[in-house]
Amino acid sequence: MILISEQQLPSIVKRLSHQILETHPGLQNTVLIGLQPRGVFLSDRIVAALHQELPADQVVYGKLDITFYRDDIRRELHLATQTDLPFSIEGKTVILIDDVLFTGRTIRAALDALLSFGRPAKVELCVLVDRKPSRELPIQPDFSGKEMDTLTPYKVKVRWKENDGVDDVILLDQ
Amino acid sequence: MALSTKHLLGIKDLQTEDIQLILSTATQFKEVLQRPVKKVPTLRDVTIVNLFYENSTRTRISFELAERRLSADVVNFTVSNSSAAKGETLLDTVNNILSMKVDMVVMRHSASGAPHYLAKHIDAAIINAGDGINEHPTQALLDAFSMQEKMGKLAGLKVAIIGDIMHSRVALSNIYLLKKMGAEVMVSGPPTLIPKYLQEAMDIQVEYNIDKALAWCDVANVLRIQLERQNQPLFSSLREYNLAYGITKARLQKLDKEILIMHPGPINRGVEMDSDVADSHQSIILDQVENGVAVRMACLYLLTGRTNP
Repeated sequence: MILISEQQLPSIVKRLSHQILETHPGLQNTVLIGLQPRGVFLSDRIVAALHQELPADQVVYGKLDITFYRDDIRRELHLATQTDLPFSIEGKTVILIDDVLFTGRTIRAALDALLSFGRPAKVELCVLVDRKPSRELPIQPDFSGKEMDTLTPYKVKVRWKENDGVDDVILLDQ
Repeated sequence: MALSTKHLLGIKDLQTEDIQLILSTATQFKEVLQRPVKKVPTLRDVTIVNLFYENSTRTRISFELAERRLSADVVNFTVSNSSAAKGETLLDTVNNILSMKVDMVVMRHSASGAPHYLAKHIDAAIINAGDGINEHPTQALLDAFSMQEKMGKLAGLKVAIIGDIMHSRVALSNIYLLKKMGAEVMVSGPPTLIPKYLQEAMDIQVEYNIDKALAWCDVANVLRIQLERQNQPLFSSLREYNLAYGITKARLQKLDKEILIMHPGPINRGVEMDSDVADSHQSIILDQVENGVAVRMACLYLLTGRTNP
């Protein structure tokens, strides 16, 4: 089942980047951080959209891997990917970007990971799909592409052209 | 994806994929070590004992730092102030420590095969930090990591391992690893310090002329002359060793290329390597030490992931 179609996805990305710009005009004192591995596909698109509105040097963008901060490494071994934060987050507004907000545990780990790099003034969260009823921690997004209001037994899979050959969001049987 | 083995006893037992996994995970840990806060909470539920039956500075500090950077609880054991000095057996000592709920053992022992013996009798994961003249797997992994970092690859790289091959666990682990990763390996040194039949057994090149070995290689990994392991004199004097086999500036200047110089430490300056070589820009000896922490963090992380399935 298709949740977000290939036609809808670009306009959602565009809307998210406009909302970010409205809240943070000119991205003053604001940095964007995509979460590895799959949040980075979304953050790459949002950053590309922001580059059309702003000079490139005003968009400060990094990537964060949160593997070593997970609370489930005893259940399953996760492989780390690259962290690339070539700037200070001290006193900045950080916008974390991920594809699906589900239980909230990844974001909990990401908040921990962020603190290893400094003390941001504020942290906000931007996601493509917000699975609100499945939350296990008190974490909410500030920007979300699509909200799912019902508990579903399905897995939400975001597919990106770069990686999966197609741009859409589908529901899969677990 | 996970390691194919529960323990890290030697490179001999590892698959190529295991080595790749450890090296790529170490890259991520190296980035962690550049952060303002160099510590991650990953192993906060794990207790590790460092069991050192033999002297060590670098390796023990490196393991301890790696463990602490991963937030593990660390217990240190050195044989000089332990009940092993009172006659307790290795297995008894370890079982006593494990009954205090220790999850992992990092172990150095002067007897080759000591960690392999232990692995047969206990459940905890074991990391070999050097056993006799057998293997020193984390040293070979950090050497490989450092080579790959500087040269961009391991496959096809020409690596000469120079010096006391006979008494060196670093040499054996390096040979296993480099062969598995597709590098070309040559050993060089005096015939008395190179085991007979090594060429056939390991399918590597042996070159007794140091200048020819240096001219051949891209990387020279120079080993320490292990005076403490020699029961009989195998060369006439340290000065003569330096003249015939020491890595000197003059030797390197004769080459038509700049080779990478490595040494696992501790260096006998003026014996196997002169000071002006050890401290030159070609030398990555201190990079090796820095990378050691990241590589050991990767080994600990990948092995503890499996302790509580």
